[in-house]
Amino acid sequence: MSTTAGDPPVDRFLDRLADFDVSHTVTTPGGVADAVADVADDPAVGVPLPDGLGELPASVTTDPSPSELEAAATGVTHADLGVADYGSLALPATADGVEPVSLYGDHHVAVVAAENVVPGMPAALSELGDRFRADGDSVVLATGPSATADMGALVQGAHGPKTVHAVVVQR
Amino acid sequence: MSSKRRASKAEHIRRVLATEGDAVAANTQGFNRGRYDSVADLEDYEGLKEEARAIKEDAIERLPDLVDELRDAVEANGGTLYLADDAEDANEYVREVVADVDGERVVKSKSMTTEELELNDALGADGVDVVETDLGEWVLQVADEAPSHIVAPAIHKSRESIAALFNERFDPDEELETAEDLTLFAREKLGEQIADADVGVTGANFVTADSGTMALVTSEGNARKTVTATDTHVAVAGVEKVIPSVEDLRPFVELIGRSGTGQDITSYLSLLTPPVGSPTLDFQTDEVGSPDDREFHLVLVDNGRMAMREDDDLRETLYCIRCSACSNSCANFQQVGGHAFGGETYSGGIATGWEAGVEGLDTAKEFNDLCTGCSRCVNACPVGIDIPWINTVVRDRANRSQRGGDLDWLVEGLTPDEEPAGVDVQKRVFGNFETLAKLGSAFAPVSNWVAGSSVAGAAMERVLGIDDRRDLPTFERESLKSWAEGRPDVANPDREVVLFPDLYTNYMDVDRGKAAVRALEALGADVTVADECASGRAPLSQGMVATAREKAERVADDLLPYVEAGKDVVVVEPSDHAIFQREYERLLDEDDHEALAANSYEVFEYVYGLLENGASETSLATGDGHEVAYHGHCQQRTLGVDTYTVAVLDRLGFDVATSDVECCGMAGSFGYKQEYYDVSVAVGEELADQFSTDETGDREVVASGTSCLDQLDDLLDRPSKHPIELVAPRPHGRAE
Repeated sequence: MSTTAGDPPVDRFLDRLADFDVSHTVTTPGGVADAVADVADDPAVGVPLPDGLGELPASVTTDPSPSELEAAATGVTHADLGVADYGSLALPATADGVEPVSLYGDHHVAVVAAENVVPGMPAALSELGDRFRADGDSVVLATGPSATADMGALVQGAHGPKTVHAVVVQR
Repeated sequence: MSSKRRASKAEHIRRVLATEGDAVAANTQGFNRGRYDSVADLEDYEGLKEEARAIKEDAIERLPDLVDELRDAVEANGGTLYLADDAEDANEYVREVVADVDGERVVKSKSMTTEELELNDALGADGVDVVETDLGEWVLQVADEAPSHIVAPAIHKSRESIAALFNERFDPDEELETAEDLTLFAREKLGEQIADADVGVTGANFVTADSGTMALVTSEGNARKTVTATDTHVAVAGVEKVIPSVEDLRPFVELIGRSGTGQDITSYLSLLTPPVGSPTLDFQTDEVGSPDDREFHLVLVDNGRMAMREDDDLRETLYCIRCSACSNSCANFQQVGGHAFGGETYSGGIATGWEAGVEGLDTAKEFNDLCTGCSRCVNACPVGIDIPWINTVVRDRANRSQRGGDLDWLVEGLTPDEEPAGVDVQKRVFGNFETLAKLGSAFAPVSNWVAGSSVAGAAMERVLGIDDRRDLPTFERESLKSWAEGRPDVANPDREVVLFPDLYTNYMDVDRGKAAVRALEALGADVTVADECASGRAPLSQGMVATAREKAERVADDLLPYVEAGKDVVVVEPSDHAIFQREYERLLDEDDHEALAANSYEVFEYVYGLLENGASETSLATGDGHEVAYHGHCQQRTLGVDTYTVAVLDRLGFDVATSDVECCGMAGSFGYKQEYYDVSVAVGEELADQFSTDETGDREVVASGTSCLDQLDDLLDRPSKHPIELVAPRPHGRAE
């Protein structure tokens, strides 16, 4: 099934991203490098995107060392799924480091295929359940930037990113 | 409880109210409002709650098998599962894991279960540096204080007090002031500590047996860093956290944030099937390593839980997902927080179940009386736990664990109850309110003069702990029952009603009973007043379950023949209507409860039904735009029947403004008790304030519950009454 902007789950996804203060760009695989370059602050680190999802711009350092992670202003990764009802992005714990790259920078840019946007939690958990049982995968469903209210008022940007941008790719 | 103990308890509550009350109130009430807004957006909130409840019921039923299945899954993933019998056993295991990797620093994400175990102290004794990375927990670690809330542990601290703490302790180059300053400072400070850490300890909100996946519900990102930046991950969770499958997470994922802090979802839902597949990070050597070097230990903690599973009354506690809805929706908790309404580890309504099961009765009974049974947490709980019932049962057990006291002889004659000697004298007197009310009415007005005298007031405060600042109820010489005996039957009635004359309506607020009878008759119903008037609510609220059951059986014997004859039961006092609907399920045979619950109605619910079925509203008083301020009763709101009062008043032309506090704070005997007077008044003042604004200050005050009316009369300068007195036709004729 192909899903594109204009289809209900993607529209809902984009609306919900906005509800959680996540900005977005909708583009094609060929436009991903520019879309990422437009929103990535230097220094940027990243994880190579899966086949068919486009390329990272040259300014993004891949295979970052721990010190490069800590110094990064921006981390660029893919997301396996988008969950329309919550504007959530599924970030897998991969050997090439999606988890740390999406976590340490002040700004996270997530690239997700429009066709991988599912309507809600039942669909997301059914897909993830099969993966967890088969491969022992781990995934973080990230919704908006990190946040805390523990210091007497709501602050965005606690231990994780202060801002998040989603690049939604139509194929 | 001795009068000295009461005084010291009152003093403790006053201190907490003064120092922490404002911060706790602002935060919990914000969460509570958020909950109402967030769950309203769900398409099928009730359906999700039922699904969550069913999953937990099934999981706890099958727990030993699920733990076996989980063990296989965790081991297949390359981790280990350790089932710890108690706190010492769990701590010992974690200490060994840390020692095996020569761990010098452990970083932790927030975990109530490790608070329960006092894991930090156990590791600290080995010389391990333990650092809490949740910002709230870290504030408390720096301040050396205990959590006051199960989700937001530093809820009792204001921004100003955290800034003062950090500035004093760390002496930063620039004085910290805003929440942003404080967060950034903590992030940097903790970031360094996490980078150097050897072991990461997390909790787990849920663990799925099918795949060995744990779900962590967080917002700050500290749990993600705790896991990612350390090679050895130890997850500590109560054994009740196991659910069958990943797909079963669905209702919990959608409910936990909404129910707790009013967020549709928290920033991060980590679904980890450890050891996780991320590369290891060595910040010292600046090198990235293989995910294969990661190690994982799941420590499941029994510590009393498997025994709770066998306990018919405490079992439900194990369904708790620690969302904090019961704390945030609790009027008393909103004022005092977990430092008064909490035990060793847990706080709020459900804490009574946890502390009784994990620590024991002695701990639970210290704070259990702060649950008034208002039931506002019942609908808020995403897994439908009957939290008031757990509190009632634990109170009953605590009553029965007391030794006989010196004053037993004094109340023995006044308290013909089913309880053993040793039950607290104050509880026994309130629990036997029926006897007092009968005597008070028989000897009125002399009994009122005596009770109102300063000598009696001082004695009651000293012996019974009844606060002298409260006015005692005034008894009427003629009960509602005797008044009604003289009334003629309604000819050719449309309906036949048996009115339950609760203790207050029968002996004290007789006017509202008369008004109810007149209103029902005007709408074409013939009214008989029942013989029994003690529902069992009074003893039940003191934890005297056996006495309450005996009263319930008497009420059923009295009312059920009327029901069988086709009459409808109408109840004026909302707490008694609620006991028929809710608690009688626990006190009566299933058939008797169902018959009584299905055929009994709160008085306005019934009036509404009569009007909807064609009775003429012209026989009732008209509102003509008269402005009233209405406070619905807490238990009435839980059942959703307060809406009928508003609908009828509206229909008759009254202009109605309503309160939106969870409870009035009086709660039967609670507000009379010396040790709880201050918290009761703090709760009540929120209601009084809502009825003292420019918009409401001149409105006539009406409320459905006797307690609510007592509280409003004490706190407002203008009088209040039951709304049935507004709408009943004016009395006429000799019998009135």
